[in-house]
Amino acid sequence: MKAKFLVPLALFLLLAGFLAYGLKLNPREVPSPLVDKPAPAFRVAQLQSPEASFALEDMRGKVWLLNVWASWCVSCRAEHPVLLELKQRGVVPVVGLNYKDTVPDALGYLAQHGNPFATIGVDPQGAVGFEYGVYGTPETFLIDANGVIRYKHIGPLTRDTLDKVLLPKIAELSRAG
Amino acid sequence: MPADPALRMLRAGVLALTCLAGAALAADEAVPIGEDPALEARVLDLSHKLRCLVCQNQSVAESNAPLALDMRSQVREQLAAGKSEQEVVDFLVARFGDFVVFKPPFRASTLLLWLGPGVLLVVGLGGLAWRLRRRMAEAPPAPLDEAERARARALLAEPPATHSPEEPRS
Repeated sequence: MKAKFLVPLALFLLLAGFLAYGLKLNPREVPSPLVDKPAPAFRVAQLQSPEASFALEDMRGKVWLLNVWASWCVSCRAEHPVLLELKQRGVVPVVGLNYKDTVPDALGYLAQHGNPFATIGVDPQGAVGFEYGVYGTPETFLIDANGVIRYKHIGPLTRDTLDKVLLPKIAELSRAG
Repeated sequence: MPADPALRMLRAGVLALTCLAGAALAADEAVPIGEDPALEARVLDLSHKLRCLVCQNQSVAESNAPLALDMRSQVREQLAAGKSEQEVVDFLVARFGDFVVFKPPFRASTLLLWLGPGVLLVVGLGGLAWRLRRRMAEAPPAPLDEAERARARALLAEPPATHSPEEPRS
């Protein structure tokens, strides 16, 4: 038993490994139980034309993104250029869900920063957001042609997540559909 | 001490207001008491077991985040509609995941979490018992013979100065 003195060292390295791994995790990203489940149905008024409505069924047959945003949300501003780029590339339609916001504020925000959304539904009380387990904006759901949530991104979208995670998933789903 | 009754009244008034302000600030943390105190008690009780996802380690009962307010009103609505505590918890878990409950459910993915400490305790106690038994099984050292005793005594009796020449003489 010459290597006995190595035992505490090995235990320490094991513990340090666990702690180092824990440091890299983001406690804000709580895995959603909704992934791979049918997206909760909803019908809401549209932001730009309140008399028209938007419903989940409207997007059946398409692969699309549901982006939960608000004019008061600072991180939403950070991801806004990414959403605009996504629209420019025309890969998938991005539907906005304006969460706990007022119509004038939301319209002002879009006028100032540009509108990356194909359609925008309003959720002033956050009732739809609640059904989707939204706990912090921005949140982005990838929904497939059958209306099943395939992926949820919490926090601002970055070019990196777009290229490495979202676009490959979208390509895969589009091929399957 | 001013004996002026008007001043005394004023002082009493300020004191009373200060106490009330304290009560009002404390009330900020609690759920607004609805019409039914029994229902409110159940709402509060259940809210203490739910984690607010915005401020993470605060319970839904303690948090003033908008999401916690929404969750409290959902809990209140559903309990008022006659749902059981478990049904309400299941409703929230279906939307926000297991993270929303402070006490995680017992299932395959949480086995290590629930049983880990017990396993560690058993392993530790087992290891300790094993070492103690091995030590007891070892033969006790042989007693010193007369020559060794004499040598030990001589070593102990030696003046310390010869062993520590660095020590300052006092």
